Amino acid sequence: MAVPWKGVINKIDDYRWEIPQTYKQGMRVPGLIYASESMLRHIWEDEAYLQVANVAFLPGIVGYSLAMPDIHPGYGFPIGGVAATRLKDGVVSPGGVGFDINCGARLLRTNLTEEEVKPKIEQLTSALYINIPSGVGSEGKIRLNEKEMEKVLLKGAQWAVEKGYGEAGDIMVTEESGCMKRANPEKVSDRAKKRGAPQLGTLGSGNHFLEVEVVNEIYDREAAQVMGIMEEGQVLLMVHTGSRGFGHQVCDDYVRLMGEAVKRYGINLPDRQLACAPVNSPEGQDYLAGMACAANYAWANRQCITHWARECFIRVFNKGPRELGLEQVYDVAHNIAKIEEHTVNGQKITLCVHRKGATRAFPKGHPDVPAIYRNIGQPVLIPGDMGRYSFVAIGTETAMKESFGSTCHGAGRMESRTAAKRNVRGSDVLHELASRGITVKAASMSGLAEEASEAYKDVAEVVEVTHKAGISRKIAKVVPLGVVKG
Amino acid sequence: MNKDFEIIDHTADVGIRAYGADLKDAFVNAARGLFSLITELDSVDEILQRNIEVDAPDEEILLVAWLNELIYLFDVENVLFKRFEINKLSDTHLEATAFGEKVDKTKHELKIGVKAATYHMTKIVKDDGYRVEVLLDI
Repeated sequence: MAVPWKGVINKIDDYRWEIPQTYKQGMRVPGLIYASESMLRHIWEDEAYLQVANVAFLPGIVGYSLAMPDIHPGYGFPIGGVAATRLKDGVVSPGGVGFDINCGARLLRTNLTEEEVKPKIEQLTSALYINIPSGVGSEGKIRLNEKEMEKVLLKGAQWAVEKGYGEAGDIMVTEESGCMKRANPEKVSDRAKKRGAPQLGTLGSGNHFLEVEVVNEIYDREAAQVMGIMEEGQVLLMVHTGSRGFGHQVCDDYVRLMGEAVKRYGINLPDRQLACAPVNSPEGQDYLAGMACAANYAWANRQCITHWARECFIRVFNKGPRELGLEQVYDVAHNIAKIEEHTVNGQKITLCVHRKGATRAFPKGHPDVPAIYRNIGQPVLIPGDMGRYSFVAIGTETAMKESFGSTCHGAGRMESRTAAKRNVRGSDVLHELASRGITVKAASMSGLAEEASEAYKDVAEVVEVTHKAGISRKIAKVVPLGVVKG
Repeated sequence: MNKDFEIIDHTADVGIRAYGADLKDAFVNAARGLFSLITELDSVDEILQRNIEVDAPDEEILLVAWLNELIYLFDVENVLFKRFEINKLSDTHLEATAFGEKVDKTKHELKIGVKAATYHMTKIVKDDGYRVEVLLDI
């Protein structure tokens, strides 16, 4: 029987599918989707592949318009999309980063075991819920005046560490050392600063969370040990949040500005939300400077949250930080545009790599990988849904060769929020998770229903595809024990 | 059609489809749709008001900018709005008054956070009356 996508999507191998450039007039490169055949069926049905084709319209795009296996329809760009554009004649698109600039994940290890944590998980989860503001409209404990705000935007996680939130060692294992250099606060509106000022050090709502988790399976013991992941049963902590209202406003301001730039530069696009400007134009440069401010805000945000999370562990277990071994494994951005060097058709070129719901996955030996990971590759953090599991992986040479050093970022939604709420109630989700030994504290019950496991793809399937395709290598699987949801 | 607005399913986000006898009505109903996602409109009282002015190069962008202005006010001032009066509306300019109150967590259940209104799938259709559609990033 013929597959429904016959004539539109061609199979390259079991994990790679191509949308030929001829599919839609105006595509400058073909599309490439990493997926298994069963996942492709869903990508076909929810029409996410159309957005992969639309992204291929961007001027200066090279190689392929890429989609990771967690792809699902976004606004303009698909979520799980990667697009690299030439610096010299390509564009940068704020929609290719998204509203939650540098939404990302951070992982901390501990010396604690499941047996030690389980009896205190209620207490620990409550402490995290109380000490780290979460939910819609949550405000932080930090008050930033104009001058301090500017420092946050310029220095990112480094600002937080200087203020006593966390340790210098955290920065060494944060993407970009938690600070993008091209940040310029003058390129950010007062509205964004006003929106961001009360929200630093807050988790937010939607898919953001804090998760106390247990190592369930280790696939590469040697690499895992380099990350401080020693054995099954060890407890870890994951933080998933971004740049809050600050990033949303930066994106909104620039999508609007670029909407006008598109006309000025005569760029033809199939979707208004793909609005863009040449990387080297004043608009493009200003966006990158503003985006870097938002990325830095997000790194400062995760840094402050990390600090308060450590305080909770110290209080609940009545042990010092050394004894607890609360060290950061890594921190990665999932929504960002980066200026990077890649080899395309045998030539080294500088590109603007948009990762919208995708993770950088640099291989061992790459100069941007922190020294302690240079012999294994950059850690990749892939949170799943709250009821199942998450993964830790590392970047590979294959990613460098074919996906601009990128891989998947999570499970990927499968079901709409409204459908999820129709099918399940927040209180049912809570009971179901409790019956499986997972403690959950949530700011909103309806928010919890929207994040039910059933609404997501199986992240194990996603990670299996990226592993088999070779664009990242799985290292460990972790399962949730306690979750704080915004 | 007896409805003022309805919520549209979207995999990652949520859309609003709002109706109105004229464009002003449709813009008002889109704003009510937006706040109905954030909280129960019935739980909000009219205690304060804000005057809002928005400019944009065309009607569709004006619709997105209108909703983003309300999201901004919610984020910065923590105000929930339930009623809107649009005093002036052209293709490029809007003046409105919004009525509502500050968030009170003992009284208002906050359901979801809305990051922004997007330009993806934005639609303004005139048949009998007006129908407008916007996709929100959640």
